[in-house]
Amino acid sequence: MKSYKTQRRVSLTLRYILLALLAIVWIFPIMWIILASLTQNNTGFVSTIIPKTFTFENYTQLFQNKSGSFPFVSWIINTFFVAVVSAVLSTFITIIMSYTLSRLRFAFRKPFLQIALVLGMFPGFMSMIALYYILKAINMLNLGGLILVYVGGAGLGFYIAKGFFDTIPRSIDEAATIDGANKWQVFTHITLPLSRPIIVYTALMAFIAPWTDFIFSGIILGNNQAHPETFTIAYGLYSMVHSQKGAATAFFTQFIAGCVIIAIPITILFVIMQKFYVNGITAGADKG
Amino acid sequence: MTKKKKRKLTESTVSPEEKAIKVSEVFSKGDTTTKLTFFVMGLNQIKNKQWVKGLTLLILEIAFIGWLLFSGISAFSLLSSLGPNKVKRTITDASGFPQTLQPDNSVLILLWGLIACLVVVLFILLYWFNYRSNKHLYFLKREGKAIPTNREELASLLDTKLYATLMAIPLIGVLAFTVLPTVYMISMAFTNYDRLHAVAFSWTGFQAFGNVLTGDLAGTFFPVLGWTLVWAIVATATTFLGGVLLAILIESTGIKFKGFWRTIFVIVFAVPQFVTLLMMAQFLDQQGALNGILMNLHLISHPINFIGAASDPMVARITVIFVNMWIGIPVSMLVSTAIIQNLPQDQIEAARIDGANTFNIFRSITFPQILFVMTPALIQQFIGNINNFNVIYLLTGGWPMNPNYQGAGSTDLLVTWLYNLVFGQTQRYNAAAVLGILIFIVNASISLVAYRRTNAFKEG
Repeated sequence: MKSYKTQRRVSLTLRYILLALLAIVWIFPIMWIILASLTQNNTGFVSTIIPKTFTFENYTQLFQNKSGSFPFVSWIINTFFVAVVSAVLSTFITIIMSYTLSRLRFAFRKPFLQIALVLGMFPGFMSMIALYYILKAINMLNLGGLILVYVGGAGLGFYIAKGFFDTIPRSIDEAATIDGANKWQVFTHITLPLSRPIIVYTALMAFIAPWTDFIFSGIILGNNQAHPETFTIAYGLYSMVHSQKGAATAFFTQFIAGCVIIAIPITILFVIMQKFYVNGITAGADKG
Repeated sequence: MTKKKKRKLTESTVSPEEKAIKVSEVFSKGDTTTKLTFFVMGLNQIKNKQWVKGLTLLILEIAFIGWLLFSGISAFSLLSSLGPNKVKRTITDASGFPQTLQPDNSVLILLWGLIACLVVVLFILLYWFNYRSNKHLYFLKREGKAIPTNREELASLLDTKLYATLMAIPLIGVLAFTVLPTVYMISMAFTNYDRLHAVAFSWTGFQAFGNVLTGDLAGTFFPVLGWTLVWAIVATATTFLGGVLLAILIESTGIKFKGFWRTIFVIVFAVPQFVTLLMMAQFLDQQGALNGILMNLHLISHPINFIGAASDPMVARITVIFVNMWIGIPVSMLVSTAIIQNLPQDQIEAARIDGANTFNIFRSITFPQILFVMTPALIQQFIGNINNFNVIYLLTGGWPMNPNYQGAGSTDLLVTWLYNLVFGQTQRYNAAAVLGILIFIVNASISLVAYRRTNAFKEG
């Protein structure tokens, strides 16, 4: 009995050590990012781990924008605008789309689900040049066009929300129908109030996407290099280290500070939302 | 109340008698208005006081014909040649002044031509809808049934036809921002649109496919395809296995503060990828922090060039896979945690009583069950890894460059190579489009085979 106990204790200790080691490996680069953002270093390269002097200068300079070419505050306002508008519209579209495909039956339903699956197999970049020209043709190479692109894709992002609607018992709908409700009333009075978790999840994901996407925003806004105040945060930060020669070294610590500023709220949101995320994936996975 | 219910249950489906009616019968036996509605959409509906439906159809038909006459036909006629003027030339106009004619912009001609095709397809669908509605009216009259009033028609949009109401706007978005761009890019694969034909290009059939599969790009395509597949297999397998093991470690009995441990790993995944990956690139740089640490610990004497321009291709590829594990394992861990928590405990308990050790339980019970639930998600992850633009583009940018490749580096996947072909120096748009189609074929065939297999697995 005693040997069993010690054996368990050894096993538990070993597992704790392993877990702690892994946790250090995983968290270390993140800590490095935060430390680097507090480093006073204008040579551009942060090769030390612990900064020699701690400073918030990177953050203050970021907001002051002394160089004039990296208007961080404008980026935040732009991104916030794009994120709010596209989150509202995308959520609306995703929810009605997934409700329709989950709950209503019509001739086109099965083919549409298959077409959506097939469309998802084309690499996204294929359509980028096309989107660029379409937006250029309607003179929308701006934040409005970016919103259109984000919202336009929402009609196909229904898998997770559909998985959620599939789990709401159908008998509730049927009971309401017998009581004389039409399908619109079932949708607005019964399904929508029940689906608050998935609405919150969809809205948050749609809100986060513009904060992290640098590819689409780069293609749509990137040709306007003379006006960096039209960028979004992700593309602006990306341009900070990539587009301008020499900027990579001079603005590197400011770039990290900017990254930390946007990463913190998104990380917090995500950690709160992780339960919904998992439910979404496994719900979708179960259906096959 | 009961009457209302009955109406709802019957109205949603078209009766077999109505389905049996042929086009010829509607046309020959219908009254004059029914006949005319074959040509002037909405007439019969207007005659039967379905104002909204009838007027909408009529106005849309007029708009379509107007559009066809004023711009549609010219869009179609230009589509076959993608614009007759291929080169810049000078002509003398009527008053004797020389004038420079710019070449036709094939990019826009192709775009407007495809939009025109889309409009025609939509109009054919509308015409079919008009025919169905006309037939329905004919059927109702033949059977002597009541014709739904305007008000009833509108009410059905919120009930039996709610799907049409709800899907209208999302479908327009999908058509404009997914279908149209995809078709546009597919058609570019059949042109000679590249740096030399940047404005005016022509149809060249399968020539661009030839370039990629057997021509000058074949020497890049097949090695990059090979690496893409190896990468996708290894990346999916390592993150999945690592995630399952990590989840089991955290979920094992005796470990306290499970939520705290999970959160530590989740943080990595939650930070936007362009932040973590760009920082990782800095961290792993030849002069970066990791080399600094290793040197200070005297583990290495010279800095290792993990992912730089001059690094060893093998080292770079292994580094990319490790960094991907760092990003991907937390995701798999979250998902497997959810599955592990829902596994039936009695089986595991029974196995333990029968004397199975932890490893045996894992191999024979836990792992197969997790694998079973996660197979569809794994297929999705595999396809996601084939198209994993972010990890490669942000971490290595495709580096180290490979002198044997055209516009690709040793760590480039097909998608990042596609990106280079479009936005890089080479600007071979048609080859990029071909590549997109080939990636689609790879994705589609893998998921087809995999889904077939999993279904067989489930049934058997």
